[in-house]
Amino acid sequence: MADEDDRRKPAERRTPSPKDETAMPRRARDSGRVRAAIRSELEEVAEDAADNAPKKVRASAPNVISLENISLAFDEPILENVSFAAKEGETVVVVGESGTGKSTILKLILRLLVPEQGRVAIDGEDITHLTFDDALKVRQKMGMVFQGAALFDSMTVYENVAYPLREHTTLTEEQIIARVQEKLEFVDLEPDKVMDQLPSELSGGMKKRVGIARGLANNPEIMLYDEPTSGLDPLTTATITYLIIKLQRELKVTSVVVSHDIRSAFRMASKIALLSNKRVGFFGTPEEMTGSDDPYIREFLGGF
Amino acid sequence: MRATLSLSHDIDHVILDGVNDAAKRGVYSLQEFFVLAGKALGFIFVKPFYAADMFQQMDVIGVGSLGIVLLTGFFTGMVLALQASVTLSTLGMTELVGKLVAGSMVRELGPVLAGLMVAGRVGSGIAAQLGSMRVTEQIDALNTLGTDPIKKLVTPRVLASLIMLPLLTVINDFVGIVGGNVIATFYLDQPAATYWRTVWEQMLSGGFTARYIPNDFVQGLTKPFVFGGIISLVACYHGLKTSGGTEGVGLATTRTVVTASILILVTDYFLTQILLALF
Repeated sequence: MADEDDRRKPAERRTPSPKDETAMPRRARDSGRVRAAIRSELEEVAEDAADNAPKKVRASAPNVISLENISLAFDEPILENVSFAAKEGETVVVVGESGTGKSTILKLILRLLVPEQGRVAIDGEDITHLTFDDALKVRQKMGMVFQGAALFDSMTVYENVAYPLREHTTLTEEQIIARVQEKLEFVDLEPDKVMDQLPSELSGGMKKRVGIARGLANNPEIMLYDEPTSGLDPLTTATITYLIIKLQRELKVTSVVVSHDIRSAFRMASKIALLSNKRVGFFGTPEEMTGSDDPYIREFLGGF
Repeated sequence: MRATLSLSHDIDHVILDGVNDAAKRGVYSLQEFFVLAGKALGFIFVKPFYAADMFQQMDVIGVGSLGIVLLTGFFTGMVLALQASVTLSTLGMTELVGKLVAGSMVRELGPVLAGLMVAGRVGSGIAAQLGSMRVTEQIDALNTLGTDPIKKLVTPRVLASLIMLPLLTVINDFVGIVGGNVIATFYLDQPAATYWRTVWEQMLSGGFTARYIPNDFVQGLTKPFVFGGIISLVACYHGLKTSGGTEGVGLATTRTVVTASILILVTDYFLTQILLALF
């Protein structure tokens, strides 16, 4: 019994609280200005997070995204009997160790991959058996932010964000410019400065933001994020996390975030799905997760 | 004894399985390639049509390759005339050098050399670009944004190659014949008029299609059209299939140049046989 309590302690210390946000790497403390900037940013995020997350969604809200008993294998099994659902306005964060098929889940939702068993439904419509053209249409409901932003490097920032509008809407050029400016401002970029730049001229964090702006351009009802905070410094990580929360709060989009960054996950998640050993080992709210006695969950949380 | 038998049986099994797997992979790749080719060509007639992308590719493939095609053509024409003059002078028939250069350039060397040069320059470029787009998830991004990557990326490149390679070949042929003229004039002391008359005789000697089109032209323009398709489709196929990061991009580029070059040379033989039988 005593052992069990000991094991729980480090994990509990990891649960997000505003105090915890100041625990920065030592090197960051060396510079007073950087430290102050990071601290104020993190505090802001923490306050925002406290206001909003975990977002409570009506239990009766319809499932916007649902995965039912999905199995998938390439050369060897990747997912086995995976099920979870995201209700309207919810943010589901899929966490798990590297190589557990987290990104595959996003590809299934986008129908870039088709499961061998089970079904994926968007707004109640089964998308597993759609033709290629119909799948393209369903994808227009979704905005996707890729791990490396995946901006088209032959196009400027403006052309990147305008791309989905040019492809799928009949907006005039003025309307497109207005929409692109609006989305760039939403992600806290200055449109006049960045619009004519090429992706190669942007920093990692800026690329991610442009990626989010492009995902948002067509006002999707679903946003998908693949490792939105990987490879970013703590300050940028905090701002991207803040952006995802802001998006959830202001635009009420349903989101699925794939991440191994448990700290950000707790801040933005309505529900967390933990992938382990090709299955969903846990699916529930962040509170339920921290309160769980499951040894694997405790170990997983303890690792962060 | 029985143990030895079963061991050799196992080895047979392993070899057979290996051959079987390799054959399956080969057939599967071939199928994938033809599916890509079918889609890319089919999309020419389906809206939306990415005209801007096509013109950009025409610029990259056609105008961009002009320099190397001019150089290759000119020097090939010159060396052809030089070599031919050695043989022809022993027969005392050096006035036929124009005929020989024109015949070789228009029917064979023009299309093949332009094809090989474009395969090296443009094929590798396409494979590297699409390969990088694949590994940086830009292809997935296109799909996600509701665009068919084949329609957006492959069709414009294939169309641009189909249009530009015959044009490049015509330029290659012409520059080659001019190169021959330089040798004929300065090395063989042949008047330009004589040279060009024999060139023209060669063009007309092969007969005509539809009364007015010399058969040499039909042969000389069918080939680059086919080669253009081969280069762009092979490059797009390997580019889109890239996996394994930057190393994969390098591999895709190499495979494209090797496969396209070999295909050009092999197809050239069979195409020549077919065209000679037809015209």
